Amino acid sequence: MFTPHTKTEREEMLKTIGVRSLEDLFQDVPAGHRFPKLDLPPALTEMEALAELQDISGANETVRDLACFLGAGAYNHYTPAAVDMLLRRGEFYTAYTPYQPEISQGTLQSIFEYQSLIVELTGMEAANASHYDGATATAESVVMAYHNFRGKRKKVVMSPAVNPQYRATVRTYTQGYEDLILVGDGPQADLNAGPESLTPLIDDQTSLVIVQYPDFFGRIFDYTSLINSAHQVGALVAVVINPTALGLLKTPGEMGADIVVGEGQPLGIPLSYGGPYLGIFATRKEYVRKVAGRIVGETADKEGRRGYVLTLTAREQHIRREKATSNICTNVGLMALAATMYMSLVGKQGFRQVANLCYQKAHYAAEKIAKIPGYSLCSDTPFFHEFMVCCPRPVEEINAHLLDDGILGGYDLSADYPTLKNHMLIAVTEMNRREEIDALCESLEEVSHA
Amino acid sequence: MPEPTIYELSSPGRAGVRFPEPDVPATPLPEGLLRKDLPLPELSELDVVRHFTHLSTKNYSIDGGFYPLGSCTMKYNPKINEETARLPGFTMTHPLQPIETVQGNLAMMYQLQEWLKEITGFAGITLQPAAGAQGELTGVLIMRAYHCSRGDVKRTKILIPDSAHGTNPASTAMSGMEVLSLPSDARGNIDLDALRAVCDDTLAGLMLTNPNTLGLFDEHVLDIVDIVHKAGGLVYGDGANLNALLGIVRPGDTGFDIMHLNLHKTFSTPHGGGGPGSGPVVVAKHLVDFLPTPVVTIIEEGNEEMPPLYGYATPTKSIGRIKSFNGHFGMLVRAYTYISMHGAEGLREIAELSVLNANYILARLKNIYHVPYDRICMHEFVAEGKWDDAPEVHALDIAKRLMDYNFHPPTNYFPLIVHEALMIEPTETESKQTLDTFIDAMVKIAEEAHTQPELLKEAPHNTPVGRLDEIKAAKELVLCCMLPETA
Repeated sequence: MFTPHTKTEREEMLKTIGVRSLEDLFQDVPAGHRFPKLDLPPALTEMEALAELQDISGANETVRDLACFLGAGAYNHYTPAAVDMLLRRGEFYTAYTPYQPEISQGTLQSIFEYQSLIVELTGMEAANASHYDGATATAESVVMAYHNFRGKRKKVVMSPAVNPQYRATVRTYTQGYEDLILVGDGPQADLNAGPESLTPLIDDQTSLVIVQYPDFFGRIFDYTSLINSAHQVGALVAVVINPTALGLLKTPGEMGADIVVGEGQPLGIPLSYGGPYLGIFATRKEYVRKVAGRIVGETADKEGRRGYVLTLTAREQHIRREKATSNICTNVGLMALAATMYMSLVGKQGFRQVANLCYQKAHYAAEKIAKIPGYSLCSDTPFFHEFMVCCPRPVEEINAHLLDDGILGGYDLSADYPTLKNHMLIAVTEMNRREEIDALCESLEEVSHA
Repeated sequence: MPEPTIYELSSPGRAGVRFPEPDVPATPLPEGLLRKDLPLPELSELDVVRHFTHLSTKNYSIDGGFYPLGSCTMKYNPKINEETARLPGFTMTHPLQPIETVQGNLAMMYQLQEWLKEITGFAGITLQPAAGAQGELTGVLIMRAYHCSRGDVKRTKILIPDSAHGTNPASTAMSGMEVLSLPSDARGNIDLDALRAVCDDTLAGLMLTNPNTLGLFDEHVLDIVDIVHKAGGLVYGDGANLNALLGIVRPGDTGFDIMHLNLHKTFSTPHGGGGPGSGPVVVAKHLVDFLPTPVVTIIEEGNEEMPPLYGYATPTKSIGRIKSFNGHFGMLVRAYTYISMHGAEGLREIAELSVLNANYILARLKNIYHVPYDRICMHEFVAEGKWDDAPEVHALDIAKRLMDYNFHPPTNYFPLIVHEALMIEPTETESKQTLDTFIDAMVKIAEEAHTQPELLKEAPHNTPVGRLDEIKAAKELVLCCMLPETA
């Protein structure tokens, strides 16, 4: 197993230490609480543990058993086999954080490459080595903007079409900033409105405006003019992206965004019931010293050999302690590595192909669903691979029927938006074959009569 | 050999993966919303495989060698964990699936919640936090919410010993609370008089790492808890060093109110070159209602024929959501696997042997390296990397020289209260032979420090690159590859 000590070795070691038994090593622990009896099941062998976990995982229905049209922040994509084969190299996944650069160049160079790919994909100028996920990257953008204005600008404007879980996470993260106010996504917000509806909320007290691209409902808006208005009063703008969409769409960098955050899961990371995923964070060079988390920079050794190090570490908690703006330490390095491998393999052509497949299949699905009596598209704004469908019945009932037909239906928007009763958010990716889309449409049609 | 970057390896027109042609009629793309260029690299599959294989060989790793890295618990990461976490029944489930279709996931999470509560002696748990630092943020926000819910809003002060990890004060500040640093006494415990002096009605709580970062179990832990509780504060345990306590003592039993666990330390999930981690938070009964949402619960009790129906609940006074979806699920599967293969006795043996290993190294090195707090230690200890008669040598030089002996350096310059600190944590998975080889290297390096200090000053000698110019990196700020056409 995992502890190598023989009886003889234990005795030799105890003798060297100068104690008689292992128990003697724990004299500092209060006697009344020492050596509790833990109520745990008996230890399993490896073959038993595997069998047990096979049984447990077998109780799930997966996106392989079901045709998946569920997205809402996590997407079913194809990952080339090489990604996981490479990720399983012990040199990568059993390495520590690269604080010792001489023996961590593999990790450091791959993070440097990850930063480069994210910069190119988003059209920004610098990226960090990752946050935990899209939600926490979004929350960190609020914290960064707050500190950028030294806490003097107390308003954050958030579009109601930002992922509800991200908005909830922002609220949790900012509980301690008692003077900070979050506006724009209250119950009165007009969900059909475009980004221009946020403009009146932005003023010289605003530190950050947050929008999503494509937004949570799948819609694509060009945020250039919104960003211009925000900049006119000195506010920053963060754009929450889906990286797959950027295979086709204009970059937030081109629109003038100051911060780009997002969920990197579509970049070769398994759905894995929600994690671990990858929080993307990119910005302009002028803000790089305000970014939280690790950043890798290029440098050289004494002989002029190129090498990479963690840089600008004076921003971070292990140096600045309570003066650091974020507490992040461990991030999701291995997931950033997976994304780097994915983007390298899929490359320029493949990335466009994936984005185009998502777009084409989603539009085929949308057009076909819109023709089913009782169903309609809730918006005529351009969309990428996810769209809102107005349904004839509550989504929960429809999804129960779809599930009987082996289909994992879309996201029930009424869970987060009480006014969006009977609104389903459907996601389509390159994984959905035309037959699956046709089967979805048939099943939707049946349930409208049922 | 320097490895070119993926952009340098790129060749226009090359592709690593093909995708099928669309099987649906074409829809025109939205004009005016398209990007002009997509500057991603163009590589074949073999280019990519060789590139990352080359890079991997430039890494030190647990699979390749010993990491005596204090407070990081770099134990072996069992291979079976990687198999179980990759079972398609787990990896191919979407986080928003109806609960009826993911009963396996929920049952596993529920069982893990129960086990972690049992191991630590607490009443409630969240598996949500993504890492230890996020667990701390969660814990401090819970402390804040608890006091606020009682109208006790002037409690904003959090005490943090001077030996604590930097994340403790950073998490506190992020939660809008004030940090007050507490000194240690001559034996490495918290200074009780200093503690009593600052316990008043503005005290929100204390963050205590026990065993602390000197590797010492605080001899007055029950008194400390009592003093803080009597002043109306809460005691937060930083679980970074929980490995030494498995089956030895349950922090909940000694009166702690909250603690985070690091599954990537104590429960063998891999560090991944910097993450992902997983930082569940356990709480005592009076704090259960403040846990972040969602927690896994039983919605309908089972019976002899039917298993229970598992689902989610939001605690009544929840601090809210701290990340998307359901925690770092893949890490939870690994930790579940690990606990299931140990049972109660196996867990206690982990703690015992990690402490045995640390004390063995301590006993053999303490006459060669100065150990400022010379007591029986727990899973780690701190030595000084400095001798009066070898003034030019520093802890950093010892650390770098260890690389030439094929060891990862210990944590150095931490904790801050020891000058030139070398913090050594061997973990239980290392054999006596490995420890002996490491000790021999440390002894040899101490000799070299006195006879050939330049060997240390110039180290490492055998690594892919030598000491790197960190000032140049921070000054020039080259943070991404230059594209070949613009370079």
